[in-house]
Amino acid sequence: MRRSFFPVIVVISGLMAMWYIAVVPMNIKMALTDAERSGVVVNPSGAKERRDRSSIVLVAQNTFAIKATFALERPRLPAPHQVAIELWNSTINKKITSKRSLVFHGWITLSATLLGFAIGTGLGILLAIGIVYSRAMDMSVMPWAIASQTIPILAIAPMIIVVLNSVGVQGLLPKAIISAYLSFFPVVVGMVKGLRSPEQMQLDLLKTYNANSPQGFWKLRLPSSMPYLFASLKIGIAASLVGAIVGELPTGAVRGLGARLLSGSYYGQTIQIWSALLGAALLAATLVALIGLAQRITLKRMGMS
Amino acid sequence: MTNNTVISAKDLSLTFETNDGPVQALTNINLDISKGEFVSFIGPSGCGKTTFLRVMADLEKPTGGQITINGVSPEEARNARAYGYVFQAAGLYPWRTIGGNIRLPLEIMGYSKSDQAKRVQDVLKLVELSDFEKKFPWQLSGGMQQRASIARALAFDADILLMDEPFGALDEIVRDHLNEQLLDLWQRTNKTIGFVTHSIPEAVYLSTKIVVMSPRPGRISDVIESPLPAERPLDIRDSPEFIEIAQRVREGLRAGHGPE
Repeated sequence: MRRSFFPVIVVISGLMAMWYIAVVPMNIKMALTDAERSGVVVNPSGAKERRDRSSIVLVAQNTFAIKATFALERPRLPAPHQVAIELWNSTINKKITSKRSLVFHGWITLSATLLGFAIGTGLGILLAIGIVYSRAMDMSVMPWAIASQTIPILAIAPMIIVVLNSVGVQGLLPKAIISAYLSFFPVVVGMVKGLRSPEQMQLDLLKTYNANSPQGFWKLRLPSSMPYLFASLKIGIAASLVGAIVGELPTGAVRGLGARLLSGSYYGQTIQIWSALLGAALLAATLVALIGLAQRITLKRMGMS
Repeated sequence: MTNNTVISAKDLSLTFETNDGPVQALTNINLDISKGEFVSFIGPSGCGKTTFLRVMADLEKPTGGQITINGVSPEEARNARAYGYVFQAAGLYPWRTIGGNIRLPLEIMGYSKSDQAKRVQDVLKLVELSDFEKKFPWQLSGGMQQRASIARALAFDADILLMDEPFGALDEIVRDHLNEQLLDLWQRTNKTIGFVTHSIPEAVYLSTKIVVMSPRPGRISDVIESPLPAERPLDIRDSPEFIEIAQRVREGLRAGHGPE
Protein backbone atom coordinates (compact mmCIF):
# COMPACT_ATOMS: atom_id res chain seq x y z
CA MET A 1 0.00 0.00 0.00
CA ARG A 2 2.72 2.43 1.00
CA ARG A 3 4.89 1.61 -1.99
CA SER A 4 2.07 2.29 -4.44
CA PHE A 5 1.08 5.53 -2.70
CA PHE A 6 3.73 7.74 -4.29
CA PRO A 7 3.24 6.60 -7.92
CA VAL A 8 -0.53 6.93 -7.55
CA ILE A 9 -0.16 10.50 -6.28
CA VAL A 10 2.18 11.31 -9.17
CA VAL A 11 -0.27 9.99 -11.77
CA ILE A 12 -3.22 11.82 -10.22
CA SER A 13 -1.31 15.10 -9.97
CA GLY A 14 -0.26 14.69 -13.59
CA LEU A 15 -3.88 14.27 -14.67
CA MET A 16 -4.97 17.25 -12.58
CA ALA A 17 -2.18 19.40 -14.05
CA MET A 18 -3.27 18.48 -17.57
CA TRP A 19 -6.85 19.31 -16.71
CA TYR A 20 -5.91 22.74 -15.32
CA ILE A 21 -3.73 23.48 -18.34
CA ALA A 22 -6.59 22.54 -20.69
CA VAL A 23 -9.00 24.83 -18.83
CA VAL A 24 -7.09 27.98 -19.86
CA PRO A 25 -7.39 27.80 -23.68
CA MET A 26 -10.85 26.20 -23.48
CA ASN A 27 -12.29 29.13 -21.52
CA ILE A 28 -10.13 32.02 -22.68
CA LYS A 29 -12.61 33.46 -25.23
CA MET A 30 -15.40 33.48 -22.70
CA ALA A 31 -13.14 35.05 -20.07
CA LEU A 32 -12.00 37.76 -22.49
CA THR A 33 -15.57 38.59 -23.47
CA ASP A 34 -16.47 38.99 -19.81
CA ALA A 35 -13.39 41.12 -19.23
CA GLU A 36 -14.15 43.36 -22.19
CA ARG A 37 -17.69 43.85 -20.93
CA SER A 38 -16.38 45.09 -17.63
CA GLY A 39 -14.19 47.62 -19.40
CA VAL A 40 -10.77 45.96 -19.54
CA VAL A 41 -8.73 46.40 -22.71
CA VAL A 42 -8.39 43.13 -24.51
CA ASN A 43 -6.10 42.26 -27.42
CA PRO A 44 -7.61 42.10 -30.01
CA SER A 45 -10.78 43.86 -29.04
CA GLY A 46 -14.22 42.60 -30.14
CA ALA A 47 -15.55 39.04 -29.73
CA LYS A 48 -15.97 38.76 -33.51
CA GLU A 49 -12.28 39.50 -34.03
CA ARG A 50 -11.31 36.83 -31.53
CA ARG A 51 -13.65 34.13 -32.80
CA ASP A 52 -11.30 32.68 -35.38
CA ARG A 53 -8.09 33.27 -33.45
CA SER A 54 -6.21 30.36 -31.95
CA SER A 55 -7.01 30.03 -28.24
CA ILE A 56 -3.35 29.52 -27.42
CA VAL A 57 -2.39 32.78 -29.12
CA LEU A 58 -5.16 34.58 -27.23
CA VAL A 59 -3.84 33.22 -23.96
CA ALA A 60 -0.34 34.44 -24.84
CA GLN A 61 -1.61 37.92 -25.72
CA ASN A 62 -3.88 38.26 -22.67
CA THR A 63 -2.06 36.57 -19.80
CA PHE A 64 -3.98 38.75 -17.31
CA ALA A 65 -7.15 36.74 -18.06
CA ILE A 66 -5.71 33.32 -17.12
CA LYS A 67 -6.92 33.60 -13.56
CA ALA A 68 -10.44 34.39 -14.74
CA THR A 69 -10.62 31.21 -16.85
CA PHE A 70 -10.70 29.18 -13.63
CA ALA A 71 -13.61 31.09 -12.12
CA LEU A 72 -16.25 31.40 -14.85
CA GLU A 73 -19.82 30.73 -13.86
CA ARG A 74 -20.61 28.65 -16.94
CA PRO A 75 -17.23 27.64 -18.30
CA ARG A 76 -16.81 25.49 -21.35
CA LEU A 77 -14.53 23.27 -19.26
CA PRO A 78 -14.82 23.77 -15.49
CA ALA A 79 -11.66 23.61 -13.42
CA PRO A 80 -11.26 20.62 -11.08
CA HIS A 81 -11.75 22.71 -7.94
CA GLN A 82 -15.03 24.11 -9.32
CA VAL A 83 -16.30 20.57 -9.87
CA ALA A 84 -15.05 19.54 -6.44
CA ILE A 85 -16.80 22.46 -4.75
CA GLU A 86 -20.04 21.78 -6.63
CA LEU A 87 -19.75 18.10 -5.70
CA TRP A 88 -19.23 19.06 -2.06
CA ASN A 89 -22.12 21.53 -2.05
CA SER A 90 -24.53 19.16 -3.74
CA THR A 91 -23.73 16.19 -1.51
CA ILE A 92 -22.48 17.08 1.95
CA ASN A 93 -23.96 20.57 2.18
CA LYS A 94 -27.46 19.60 1.05
CA LYS A 95 -30.19 17.71 2.85
CA ILE A 96 -30.47 14.41 1.02
CA THR A 97 -34.17 14.95 0.55
CA SER A 98 -33.50 18.13 -1.44
CA LYS A 99 -34.04 18.06 -5.22
CA ARG A 100 -30.62 19.68 -5.52
CA SER A 101 -28.83 16.97 -3.60
CA LEU A 102 -26.67 14.69 -5.72
CA VAL A 103 -27.08 12.01 -3.06
CA PHE A 104 -30.83 12.10 -3.67
CA HIS A 105 -30.39 11.79 -7.44
CA GLY A 106 -27.66 9.21 -6.99
CA TRP A 107 -29.96 7.06 -4.87
CA ILE A 108 -32.70 7.18 -7.53
CA THR A 109 -30.22 5.95 -10.13
CA LEU A 110 -28.59 3.46 -7.76
CA SER A 111 -31.88 1.77 -6.92
CA ALA A 112 -32.62 1.26 -10.62
CA THR A 113 -29.04 0.08 -11.12
CA LEU A 114 -29.22 -2.51 -8.35
CA LEU A 115 -32.61 -3.85 -9.42
CA GLY A 116 -31.43 -4.02 -13.04
CA PHE A 117 -28.18 -5.67 -12.00
CA ALA A 118 -30.08 -8.31 -10.03
CA ILE A 119 -32.44 -9.01 -12.95
CA GLY A 120 -29.56 -9.03 -15.46
CA THR A 121 -27.36 -11.29 -13.36
CA GLY A 122 -30.17 -13.75 -12.69
CA LEU A 123 -31.17 -13.81 -16.34
CA GLY A 124 -27.54 -14.11 -17.43
CA ILE A 125 -26.88 -17.08 -15.15
CA LEU A 126 -30.08 -18.84 -16.24
CA LEU A 127 -29.28 -18.31 -19.91
CA ALA A 128 -25.72 -19.55 -19.39
CA ILE A 129 -26.99 -22.73 -17.71
CA GLY A 130 -29.38 -23.25 -20.62
CA ILE A 131 -26.62 -22.69 -23.15
CA VAL A 132 -24.23 -25.10 -21.42
CA TYR A 133 -26.78 -27.87 -20.94
CA SER A 134 -28.87 -27.57 -24.10
CA ARG A 135 -27.35 -27.75 -27.53
CA ALA A 136 -30.42 -26.13 -29.04
CA MET A 137 -30.06 -23.13 -26.73
CA ASP A 138 -26.33 -22.99 -27.42
CA MET A 139 -27.05 -22.66 -31.15
CA SER A 140 -30.03 -20.34 -30.85
CA VAL A 141 -29.60 -18.04 -27.84
CA MET A 142 -25.97 -16.96 -28.13
CA PRO A 143 -26.31 -15.22 -31.54
CA TRP A 144 -29.31 -13.26 -30.23
CA ALA A 145 -27.48 -12.30 -27.08
CA ILE A 146 -24.60 -10.97 -29.17
CA ALA A 147 -26.96 -9.19 -31.58
CA SER A 148 -28.76 -7.55 -28.65
CA GLN A 149 -25.54 -5.81 -27.66
CA THR A 150 -24.84 -4.41 -31.11
CA ILE A 151 -27.98 -2.26 -30.95
CA PRO A 152 -27.15 1.19 -29.52
CA ILE A 153 -28.79 1.32 -26.11
CA LEU A 154 -29.61 4.98 -26.67
CA ALA A 155 -31.81 3.96 -29.61
CA ILE A 156 -33.65 1.18 -27.87
CA ALA A 157 -34.04 2.76 -24.42
CA PRO A 158 -36.87 5.17 -25.42
CA MET A 159 -38.74 2.31 -27.08
CA ILE A 160 -38.51 0.16 -23.97
CA ILE A 161 -39.77 3.04 -21.84
CA VAL A 162 -42.63 3.83 -24.24
CA VAL A 163 -43.70 0.20 -24.68
CA LEU A 164 -43.63 -0.46 -20.94
CA ASN A 165 -45.44 2.79 -20.25
CA SER A 166 -48.24 1.80 -22.61
CA VAL A 167 -48.81 -1.38 -20.60
CA GLY A 168 -48.78 0.60 -17.40
CA VAL A 169 -45.28 -0.14 -16.12
CA GLN A 170 -43.63 3.04 -14.87
CA GLY A 171 -41.05 4.31 -12.45
CA LEU A 172 -38.18 2.12 -11.36
CA LEU A 173 -38.80 -0.97 -13.45
CA PRO A 174 -38.35 0.40 -17.01
CA LYS A 175 -34.97 1.86 -16.05
CA ALA A 176 -34.02 -1.39 -14.32
CA ILE A 177 -34.90 -3.31 -17.47
CA ILE A 178 -32.56 -1.15 -19.53
CA SER A 179 -29.90 -1.78 -16.88
CA ALA A 180 -30.57 -5.49 -17.10
CA TYR A 181 -30.40 -5.33 -20.90
CA LEU A 182 -26.81 -4.12 -20.64
CA SER A 183 -25.66 -6.22 -17.69
CA PHE A 184 -26.94 -9.69 -18.61
CA PHE A 185 -24.53 -10.03 -21.50
CA PRO A 186 -21.17 -10.09 -19.69
CA VAL A 187 -22.72 -12.50 -17.18
CA VAL A 188 -23.87 -14.87 -19.95
CA VAL A 189 -20.48 -14.83 -21.65
CA GLY A 190 -18.53 -15.24 -18.40
CA MET A 191 -20.77 -17.93 -16.97
CA VAL A 192 -20.82 -20.00 -20.18
CA LYS A 193 -17.03 -19.91 -20.12
CA GLY A 194 -16.98 -20.64 -16.38
CA LEU A 195 -19.47 -23.51 -16.45
CA ARG A 196 -17.44 -25.06 -19.27
CA SER A 197 -14.13 -24.54 -17.50
CA PRO A 198 -13.85 -27.99 -15.80
CA GLU A 199 -11.42 -30.24 -17.65
CA GLN A 200 -12.53 -33.45 -19.32
CA MET A 201 -10.74 -35.36 -16.58
CA GLN A 202 -12.92 -33.72 -13.90
CA LEU A 203 -16.05 -34.64 -15.84
CA ASP A 204 -14.78 -38.21 -16.33
CA LEU A 205 -14.14 -38.47 -12.61
CA LEU A 206 -17.76 -37.59 -11.84
CA LYS A 207 -18.84 -40.11 -14.46
CA THR A 208 -16.92 -42.84 -12.66
CA TYR A 209 -18.92 -41.94 -9.53
CA ASN A 210 -22.10 -42.27 -11.61
CA ALA A 211 -22.96 -38.73 -10.54
CA ASN A 212 -26.15 -37.27 -12.00
CA SER A 213 -26.38 -34.00 -13.84
CA PRO A 214 -27.49 -31.77 -10.93
CA GLN A 215 -24.62 -33.15 -8.82
CA GLY A 216 -22.21 -32.28 -11.62
CA PHE A 217 -23.63 -28.77 -11.68
CA TRP A 218 -23.62 -28.06 -7.94
CA LYS A 219 -20.38 -29.83 -7.05
CA LEU A 220 -18.21 -29.13 -10.08
CA ARG A 221 -19.48 -26.68 -12.69
CA LEU A 222 -20.87 -23.97 -10.42
CA PRO A 223 -17.86 -23.74 -8.06
CA SER A 224 -15.50 -23.81 -11.07
CA SER A 225 -17.31 -20.85 -12.59
CA MET A 226 -16.96 -18.53 -9.58
CA PRO A 227 -13.84 -16.64 -10.71
CA TYR A 228 -15.46 -16.08 -14.12
CA LEU A 229 -18.72 -14.96 -12.52
CA PHE A 230 -17.04 -12.28 -10.44
CA ALA A 231 -15.12 -10.92 -13.43
CA SER A 232 -18.45 -10.69 -15.27
CA LEU A 233 -20.22 -9.07 -12.33
CA LYS A 234 -17.66 -6.27 -12.25
CA ILE A 235 -18.38 -5.44 -15.88
CA GLY A 236 -22.09 -6.03 -15.33
CA ILE A 237 -22.51 -3.61 -12.43
CA ALA A 238 -20.75 -0.81 -14.31
CA ALA A 239 -22.90 -1.50 -17.37
CA SER A 240 -25.99 -1.49 -15.14
CA LEU A 241 -25.20 2.01 -13.93
CA VAL A 242 -24.72 3.23 -17.49
CA GLY A 243 -28.04 1.58 -18.39
CA ALA A 244 -29.88 3.30 -15.54
CA ILE A 245 -28.46 6.71 -16.47
CA VAL A 246 -29.28 6.20 -20.15
CA GLY A 247 -32.76 5.10 -19.10
CA GLU A 248 -33.26 8.49 -17.45
CA LEU A 249 -32.19 10.53 -20.47
CA PRO A 250 -34.93 10.03 -23.09
CA THR A 251 -37.86 10.25 -20.71
CA GLY A 252 -37.35 13.74 -19.50
CA ALA A 253 -37.01 12.32 -16.02
CA VAL A 254 -36.61 14.91 -13.29
CA ARG A 255 -34.92 12.63 -10.81
CA GLY A 256 -31.69 10.67 -11.08
CA LEU A 257 -28.13 11.27 -12.27
CA GLY A 258 -29.29 11.11 -15.89
CA ALA A 259 -31.89 13.80 -15.25
CA ARG A 260 -29.21 15.89 -13.60
CA LEU A 261 -26.99 15.57 -16.69
CA LEU A 262 -29.92 16.46 -18.93
CA SER A 263 -31.03 19.54 -16.98
CA GLY A 264 -27.40 20.65 -16.75
CA SER A 265 -27.10 20.57 -20.50
CA TYR A 266 -30.43 22.38 -21.01
CA TYR A 267 -29.28 25.30 -18.89
CA GLY A 268 -25.62 25.28 -19.84
CA GLN A 269 -24.66 24.31 -16.29
CA THR A 270 -21.38 22.63 -17.17
CA ILE A 271 -20.24 22.48 -13.57
CA GLN A 272 -23.42 20.61 -12.66
CA ILE A 273 -22.89 18.18 -15.58
CA TRP A 274 -19.31 17.51 -14.59
CA SER A 275 -20.13 17.00 -10.96
CA ALA A 276 -22.94 14.59 -11.89
CA LEU A 277 -20.52 12.76 -14.20
CA LEU A 278 -17.91 12.58 -11.48
CA GLY A 279 -20.56 11.46 -9.00
CA ALA A 280 -21.60 8.68 -11.38
CA ALA A 281 -17.97 7.66 -11.84
CA LEU A 282 -17.40 7.54 -8.07
CA LEU A 283 -20.59 5.51 -7.65
CA ALA A 284 -19.46 3.05 -10.35
CA ALA A 285 -16.00 2.77 -8.78
CA THR A 286 -17.58 2.07 -5.39
CA LEU A 287 -19.88 -0.61 -6.82
CA VAL A 288 -17.04 -2.32 -8.67
CA ALA A 289 -14.92 -2.17 -5.51
CA LEU A 290 -17.74 -3.79 -3.51
CA ILE A 291 -17.95 -6.64 -6.05
CA GLY A 292 -14.18 -6.96 -5.82
CA LEU A 293 -14.47 -7.24 -2.05
CA ALA A 294 -17.16 -9.92 -2.35
CA GLN A 295 -14.91 -11.72 -4.81
CA ARG A 296 -11.94 -11.68 -2.46
CA ILE A 297 -13.99 -12.93 0.47
CA THR A 298 -15.74 -15.67 -1.53
CA LEU A 299 -12.63 -16.96 -3.27
CA LYS A 300 -10.65 -16.87 -0.05
CA ARG A 301 -13.32 -18.94 1.67
CA MET A 302 -13.20 -21.34 -1.26
CA GLY A 303 -9.41 -21.61 -0.94
CA MET A 304 -9.01 -20.32 -4.47
CA SER A 305 -7.20 -17.03 -3.98
CA MET B 1 -13.03 -67.61 -17.18
CA THR B 2 -13.38 -68.89 -13.64
CA ASN B 3 -15.52 -67.82 -10.68
CA ASN B 4 -12.66 -65.67 -9.59
CA THR B 5 -12.52 -63.63 -12.75
CA VAL B 6 -13.21 -59.94 -12.18
CA ILE B 7 -12.42 -58.50 -15.58
CA SER B 8 -12.72 -60.49 -18.77
CA ALA B 9 -12.09 -59.19 -22.30
CA LYS B 10 -12.80 -61.29 -25.38
CA ASP B 11 -11.80 -60.26 -28.92
CA LEU B 12 -12.18 -56.69 -27.73
CA SER B 13 -11.54 -53.96 -30.27
CA LEU B 14 -12.02 -50.22 -30.47
CA THR B 15 -11.67 -48.07 -33.57
CA PHE B 16 -11.71 -44.28 -33.29
CA GLU B 17 -13.14 -42.43 -36.26
CA THR B 18 -10.92 -39.44 -36.86
CA ASN B 19 -10.66 -36.89 -39.64
CA ASP B 20 -7.64 -38.77 -40.98
CA GLY B 21 -9.61 -42.01 -41.18
CA PRO B 22 -10.19 -44.78 -38.66
CA VAL B 23 -7.55 -45.45 -35.99
CA GLN B 24 -7.43 -48.89 -34.47
CA ALA B 25 -6.78 -48.15 -30.83
CA LEU B 26 -7.41 -51.73 -29.69
CA THR B 27 -7.57 -54.98 -31.68
CA ASN B 28 -8.15 -58.52 -30.64
CA ILE B 29 -7.71 -58.02 -26.91
CA ASN B 30 -8.16 -61.19 -24.85
CA LEU B 31 -7.45 -60.98 -21.14
CA ASP B 32 -8.78 -62.34 -17.86
CA ILE B 33 -8.00 -60.65 -14.56
CA SER B 34 -8.72 -62.52 -11.33
CA LYS B 35 -9.76 -61.13 -8.01
CA GLY B 36 -6.91 -59.61 -6.03
CA GLU B 37 -4.50 -59.42 -8.94
CA PHE B 38 -2.25 -56.42 -9.55
CA VAL B 39 -2.09 -56.05 -13.32
CA SER B 40 0.15 -53.54 -15.05
CA PHE B 41 -0.33 -52.41 -18.63
CA ILE B 42 2.91 -51.26 -20.21
CA GLY B 43 3.76 -50.14 -23.68
CA PRO B 44 4.79 -47.14 -25.76
CA SER B 45 2.50 -44.19 -26.46
CA GLY B 46 -0.38 -45.10 -28.72
CA CYS B 47 -0.49 -48.77 -27.74
CA GLY B 48 -3.97 -48.39 -26.30
CA LYS B 49 -3.17 -49.10 -22.63
CA THR B 50 -5.03 -46.06 -21.37
CA THR B 51 -7.86 -46.69 -23.84
CA PHE B 52 -8.18 -50.25 -22.51
CA LEU B 53 -8.40 -48.95 -18.95
CA ARG B 54 -11.00 -46.40 -20.02
CA VAL B 55 -13.03 -49.15 -21.71
CA MET B 56 -13.03 -51.05 -18.40
CA ALA B 57 -14.26 -47.87 -16.72
CA ASP B 58 -16.96 -47.27 -19.34
CA LEU B 59 -15.32 -43.98 -20.29
CA GLU B 60 -14.93 -45.36 -23.84
CA LYS B 61 -17.25 -47.73 -25.68
CA PRO B 62 -15.64 -50.70 -27.49
CA THR B 63 -16.58 -51.15 -31.14
CA GLY B 64 -16.17 -54.93 -31.17
CA GLY B 65 -15.91 -57.98 -28.90
CA GLN B 66 -17.05 -58.35 -25.31
CA ILE B 67 -15.85 -57.15 -21.95
CA THR B 68 -17.34 -57.88 -18.56
CA ILE B 69 -16.55 -56.37 -15.17
CA ASN B 70 -17.72 -58.50 -12.22
CA GLY B 71 -19.74 -60.45 -14.79
CA VAL B 72 -21.68 -57.45 -16.07
CA SER B 73 -21.10 -54.78 -18.71
CA PRO B 74 -18.76 -51.87 -17.90
CA GLU B 75 -21.74 -49.51 -17.85
CA GLU B 76 -23.59 -51.59 -15.27
CA ALA B 77 -20.39 -51.89 -13.28
CA ARG B 78 -19.95 -48.13 -13.39
CA ASN B 79 -23.54 -47.57 -12.33
CA ALA B 80 -22.93 -49.97 -9.45
CA ARG B 81 -19.80 -47.97 -8.58
CA ALA B 82 -17.65 -51.07 -8.86
CA TYR B 83 -14.34 -49.31 -9.30
CA GLY B 84 -12.31 -46.31 -8.22
CA TYR B 85 -10.37 -44.47 -10.91
CA VAL B 86 -7.13 -42.56 -10.41
CA PHE B 87 -6.06 -40.22 -13.19
CA GLN B 88 -2.57 -39.11 -14.17
CA ALA B 89 -3.18 -35.71 -12.55
CA ALA B 90 -4.55 -35.66 -9.02
CA GLY B 91 -7.41 -33.43 -10.16
CA LEU B 92 -8.41 -32.35 -6.66
CA TYR B 93 -10.99 -29.59 -6.48
CA PRO B 94 -9.08 -26.45 -5.43
CA TRP B 95 -12.11 -25.14 -3.50
CA ARG B 96 -12.35 -28.24 -1.31
CA THR B 97 -10.01 -29.25 1.47
CA ILE B 98 -8.29 -32.62 1.25
CA GLY B 99 -11.00 -34.06 3.48
CA GLY B 100 -13.65 -32.35 1.34
CA ASN B 101 -12.18 -33.84 -1.81
CA ILE B 102 -12.26 -37.33 -0.37
CA ARG B 103 -15.82 -36.72 0.77
CA LEU B 104 -16.87 -35.82 -2.79
CA PRO B 105 -17.64 -39.36 -4.02
CA LEU B 106 -19.22 -40.18 -0.66
CA GLU B 107 -21.57 -37.18 -0.92
CA ILE B 108 -22.50 -38.13 -4.47
CA MET B 109 -23.15 -41.72 -3.47
CA GLY B 110 -25.28 -40.67 -0.53
CA TYR B 111 -23.29 -41.94 2.45
CA SER B 112 -24.45 -40.62 5.82
CA LYS B 113 -22.57 -37.71 7.38
CA SER B 114 -21.09 -39.81 10.17
CA ASP B 115 -20.09 -42.57 7.76
CA GLN B 116 -18.45 -39.97 5.52
CA ALA B 117 -16.39 -38.59 8.38
CA LYS B 118 -15.26 -42.04 9.48
CA ARG B 119 -14.30 -43.14 5.97
CA VAL B 120 -12.34 -39.94 5.34
CA GLN B 121 -10.39 -40.57 8.55
CA ASP B 122 -9.75 -44.19 7.57
CA VAL B 123 -8.46 -43.60 4.04
CA LEU B 124 -6.40 -40.59 5.11
CA LYS B 125 -4.67 -42.86 7.60
CA LEU B 126 -4.19 -45.44 4.85
CA VAL B 127 -2.30 -42.97 2.65
CA GLU B 128 -0.58 -41.31 5.64
CA LEU B 129 -2.20 -37.91 5.25
CA SER B 130 -4.13 -37.77 8.53
CA ASP B 131 -2.72 -34.37 9.47
CA PHE B 132 -3.80 -32.78 6.21
CA GLU B 133 -7.57 -33.21 6.24
CA LYS B 134 -8.22 -29.48 6.67
CA LYS B 135 -5.53 -28.32 4.23
CA PHE B 136 -6.27 -27.12 0.72
CA PRO B 137 -4.68 -28.92 -2.26
CA TRP B 138 -2.30 -26.07 -3.09
CA GLN B 139 -0.76 -26.49 0.35
CA LEU B 140 0.36 -30.05 -0.52
CA SER B 141 3.22 -31.33 -2.71
CA GLY B 142 2.46 -33.14 -5.97
CA GLY B 143 3.11 -36.55 -4.42
CA MET B 144 0.81 -35.81 -1.48
CA GLN B 145 -1.90 -34.59 -3.84
CA GLN B 146 -1.67 -37.84 -5.78
CA ARG B 147 -1.92 -39.81 -2.51
CA ALA B 148 -5.03 -37.81 -1.67
CA SER B 149 -6.51 -38.69 -5.06
CA ILE B 150 -5.82 -42.37 -4.37
CA ALA B 151 -7.53 -41.98 -1.00
CA ARG B 152 -10.49 -40.46 -2.83
CA ALA B 153 -10.72 -43.55 -5.04
CA LEU B 154 -10.49 -45.83 -2.01
CA ALA B 155 -13.07 -44.02 0.12
CA PHE B 156 -16.05 -45.94 -1.20
CA ASP B 157 -16.26 -49.71 -1.29
CA ALA B 158 -15.09 -50.50 -4.79
CA ASP B 159 -13.23 -53.80 -5.21
CA ILE B 160 -11.44 -52.61 -8.30
CA LEU B 161 -8.92 -49.79 -8.51
CA LEU B 162 -8.05 -48.53 -11.99
CA MET B 163 -4.98 -46.29 -12.14
CA ASP B 164 -3.87 -44.43 -15.26
CA GLU B 165 -0.18 -43.55 -14.87
CA PRO B 166 -0.86 -42.12 -11.44
CA PHE B 167 2.81 -41.48 -10.67
CA GLY B 168 3.84 -40.45 -14.18
CA ALA B 169 4.31 -36.79 -13.32
CA LEU B 170 6.29 -37.38 -10.12
CA ASP B 171 10.02 -37.59 -9.57
CA GLU B 172 11.86 -40.89 -9.08
CA ILE B 173 12.26 -40.63 -5.29
CA VAL B 174 8.62 -39.79 -4.59
CA ARG B 175 7.62 -42.45 -7.07
CA ASP B 176 9.61 -45.19 -5.27
CA HIS B 177 8.01 -44.23 -2.01
CA LEU B 178 4.51 -44.23 -3.45
CA ASN B 179 5.10 -47.57 -5.17
CA GLU B 180 6.03 -49.08 -1.82
CA GLN B 181 2.95 -47.57 -0.19
CA LEU B 182 0.72 -48.75 -3.01
CA LEU B 183 1.94 -52.34 -2.68
CA ASP B 184 1.33 -52.20 1.04
CA LEU B 185 -2.12 -50.78 0.50
CA TRP B 186 -2.98 -53.43 -2.08
CA GLN B 187 -1.96 -56.22 0.27
CA ARG B 188 -4.02 -54.80 3.10
CA THR B 189 -7.16 -54.08 1.09
CA ASN B 190 -7.08 -57.06 -1.28
CA LYS B 191 -8.34 -54.96 -4.18
CA THR B 192 -7.97 -55.85 -7.83
CA ILE B 193 -5.76 -53.22 -9.42
CA GLY B 194 -5.33 -52.24 -13.06
CA PHE B 195 -2.30 -50.00 -13.43
CA VAL B 196 -1.10 -48.23 -16.58
CA THR B 197 2.56 -47.22 -16.66
CA HIS B 198 5.45 -46.26 -18.91
CA SER B 199 8.07 -47.54 -16.51
CA ILE B 200 9.43 -51.09 -16.71
CA PRO B 201 10.81 -51.17 -13.12
CA GLU B 202 7.51 -49.84 -11.80
CA ALA B 203 5.52 -52.47 -13.69
CA VAL B 204 7.76 -55.35 -12.58
CA TYR B 205 7.99 -54.16 -8.98
CA LEU B 206 4.26 -53.78 -8.47
CA SER B 207 2.57 -56.43 -10.55
CA THR B 208 1.44 -60.01 -10.26
CA LYS B 209 0.74 -59.85 -13.99
CA ILE B 210 2.35 -57.64 -16.59
CA VAL B 211 0.51 -57.01 -19.86
CA VAL B 212 2.89 -55.79 -22.56
CA MET B 213 1.15 -53.87 -25.33
CA SER B 214 2.28 -52.55 -28.68
CA PRO B 215 0.95 -49.88 -31.03
CA ARG B 216 -0.48 -49.63 -34.58
CA PRO B 217 -2.80 -51.39 -34.10
CA GLY B 218 -2.99 -51.43 -30.29
CA ARG B 219 -2.71 -55.03 -29.13
CA ILE B 220 -1.36 -57.29 -26.39
CA SER B 221 2.03 -58.68 -27.33
CA ASP B 222 2.90 -60.54 -24.10
CA VAL B 223 1.36 -61.43 -20.74
CA ILE B 224 3.88 -62.18 -18.01
CA GLU B 225 2.90 -63.82 -14.71
CA SER B 226 5.34 -62.51 -12.16
CA PRO B 227 7.10 -65.15 -10.01
CA LEU B 228 8.13 -62.53 -7.45
CA PRO B 229 6.87 -63.09 -3.88
CA ALA B 230 4.07 -60.99 -2.51
CA GLU B 231 6.42 -59.42 0.04
CA ARG B 232 8.60 -57.03 -1.96
CA PRO B 233 11.17 -54.75 -0.36
CA LEU B 234 12.53 -52.05 -2.67
CA ASP B 235 15.87 -53.85 -3.05
CA ILE B 236 14.13 -56.77 -4.72
CA ARG B 237 14.77 -54.72 -7.83
CA ASP B 238 18.41 -55.82 -7.75
CA SER B 239 17.57 -59.55 -7.60
CA PRO B 240 18.21 -61.79 -10.64
CA GLU B 241 14.52 -62.74 -10.91
CA PHE B 242 13.53 -59.10 -11.11
CA ILE B 243 16.12 -58.35 -13.77
CA GLU B 244 15.01 -61.40 -15.72
CA ILE B 245 11.38 -60.28 -15.83
CA ALA B 246 12.38 -56.75 -16.70
CA GLN B 247 14.45 -58.22 -19.54
CA ARG B 248 11.42 -60.14 -20.82
CA VAL B 249 9.23 -57.03 -20.68
CA ARG B 250 11.86 -55.10 -22.60
CA GLU B 251 12.01 -57.80 -25.27
CA GLY B 252 8.23 -57.81 -25.52
CA LEU B 253 8.23 -54.06 -26.04
CA ARG B 254 10.96 -54.34 -28.66
CA ALA B 255 9.21 -57.17 -30.52
CA GLY B 256 5.99 -55.19 -30.53
CA HIS B 257 7.74 -52.30 -32.15
CA GLY B 258 8.68 -54.46 -35.15
CA PRO B 259 11.69 -53.78 -37.31
CA GLU B 260 11.38 -49.98 -37.21
